[in-house]
Amino acid sequence: MMTLNLEIWRQKNSQDSGRFATYQLSGITPDMSFLEMLDLLNEQLIKKGEAPVEFDSDCREGICGSCGLVINGQAHGKEMATTTCELYMRHFQDGDTIVIEPWRAKAFPVLRDLCVDRTAFDRIIAAGGYTSAKSGPHPDGNAILISKPVADSAMESATCIGCGACVAACPNASASLFTAAKISQLAVLPQGQVERGRRVFRMVRQMDAEGFGNCTNIGECRAACPKEISIDNIATMKREYAAALLRGDES
Amino acid sequence: MTTVAKKFIMALSGLALVGFVITHLLGNLTLYSHTDEPFNAYAFKLHSFGSLLLVAEVGLVAIFLTHIVYGLTAKKTSLSARPKGYRVWRSKGGETPSNISSRNMAISGSILLAFVLLHVWQFRFGPAIEAGYVTTMHGEQARDLHRLIVETFKNPAWVAVYVAAMLFLGLHLRHGFWSAFQSAGLTRHNTTVKLRIFGGLLAAALTVGFLFIPVYIYFAF
Ligand code: HEM
Ligand code: FES
Repeated sequence: MMTLNLEIWRQKNSQDSGRFATYQLSGITPDMSFLEMLDLLNEQLIKKGEAPVEFDSDCREGICGSCGLVINGQAHGKEMATTTCELYMRHFQDGDTIVIEPWRAKAFPVLRDLCVDRTAFDRIIAAGGYTSAKSGPHPDGNAILISKPVADSAMESATCIGCGACVAACPNASASLFTAAKISQLAVLPQGQVERGRRVFRMVRQMDAEGFGNCTNIGECRAACPKEISIDNIATMKREYAAALLRGDES
Repeated sequence: MTTVAKKFIMALSGLALVGFVITHLLGNLTLYSHTDEPFNAYAFKLHSFGSLLLVAEVGLVAIFLTHIVYGLTAKKTSLSARPKGYRVWRSKGGETPSNISSRNMAISGSILLAFVLLHVWQFRFGPAIEAGYVTTMHGEQARDLHRLIVETFKNPAWVAVYVAAMLFLGLHLRHGFWSAFQSAGLTRHNTTVKLRIFGGLLAAALTVGFLFIPVYIYFAF
C-alpha cells in the first residue's frame, strides 16, 4: 500500500482561472492503473461531498485516445509508449509527490479540471482526411494491390489514436505529428491519391487556423507518443506539401 | 502563408547562411598565418570585385533578414499557442531526443543577431584607410584590416565575447543543420540519425575553427 501526495489542477469551467489543489491519498496498490488511482481519490471526494476530479477516459486499454494527463511534466507520465490508462502505480514510490496537469494549448481549451476540448483534431481530419471511394459493388479482395512495405508504413501512421500527447509535450504546442500521421497514412495508399495535394494543403491550413504552434523539429512529440509515431511522418508531410506546390495542385 | 511554407523559407535561408558561414571560415583561416600578408591579400581580392561584392553583401543581408523575420514570427506563433504553461515540464528523451540547442533556437538566434550587428559594426564599418590602417597591395593603398583584428583581439574582453558568440553559433547549428533538412522534407528514416550526427560535427568544426582565431591572435601576436 502506498500513500501519495497529489497536486492536481482544478478548474470549474473554461472561464475559471483555476488553481492547484493538494490531496493526500493512501490505500494505493502497485497494480492499480493511474486512472484507477484517480477513481479511488474521486470515491473519497464524493463521500466527503466534494466535487470529484474530472478527467477523460473510455477504453482504458490504450486504444481510444481519450485519456491524457501531464504527469510530473511528462505527457502520459514517464513510461515510453504508454497511455495514462496503461500507466501503473508500481512506477511510483510510496511518499512521492505527483503533479497532474491537463494538456496545455490554446487549441485545447480546458473544459473542467483535467478535461480539455480536443475537437480541433476532429476539424483537422474533417478538413481533408478522407478518401473518395468508388460506389457500386464490393471490389474484389485483391483487386487493389498494396505492397507490404507500403501497407506497413500506412499502418504505422494509422496507429495514431489522436490523444494529443504530441501537442501537450511539444514546447511549441505544435500539432505537426498528429496532422503528419493522418496525411502520411493516406498519401501512401492508392485510395488516397485523388485528394493527395488538396488534402495536405487543407489539413495544414486547418492545423494553423486552430492556433497550434510552429514545429521546430524538437522531437518531444515522438517521445510522448503512446504509439511511437515517428517524426519521419513530419518529413513526409513537408514532402507532400512541397510536391503539391510544385505540381500546382488546387488548394 | 502556412507554418509549413514558412519553415521551407527558414530551412532554405538557414542552409544559405550555413553556406556563408563555411565560406567565411575558409577565408578567415588565412588569419592563422603568422604574417598579415595572406589575410590582407584575401580581403583585397574580395574588394577588387567592387560592385559584385556589393550585390553579394546586399543578398546576404536579405537572407539574414528573411531568416530572422520568419524565425521570430514562428517563435511568436508558438508562444501564443500555449498561453498558460506547465508548472512542471520534463523532456521524455526518446529516439531523437531534444536538447538545449533544439529547445533554444530563438535565444541562440537572437544572440547571433546581436553578435552579427556588433561584428559588422566593428570590422566592416570599423576604422579604415582614413584612420591610418593602411598597407600596400600591388603598389596600391589598401586597408590594413589585419592590424585592426590583431588590435581588437589583444583585448581579452573581445576574445571572450567572440568565443562566447561562437559557442552560440555551435548551439544554433547543432540543431539547425539537420532541422533544415527535416523542415524541407528531405529526411527519411535512415538519414535522420546520420544527418543529426553530421550536423553536430559540422557545428563543432565551425565553432572550433572560428573560436580559435581570436585565441590564437591573443597568444601568438
Ligand atoms: C550565422 C547565422 C545563422 C545561421 C547559419 C542559421 C542557421 C539556421 C538553420 C539551419 C536553422 C534551421 C531551419 C529549419 O529548421 O528549417 C535555423 C533556425 C532558426 N534560426 Fe537561425 N541561423 C543563423 C542566424 C540566426 C539569427 C541571427 C536568428 C535571429 C534572431 C536566427 C533565428 C532562428 C530561429 C528562431 C530558428 C528556429 C525557427 C524554426 O526552426 O522554425 N538564426 N537557423
Ligand atoms: S482511456 Fe482509451 S486510451 Fe486511455
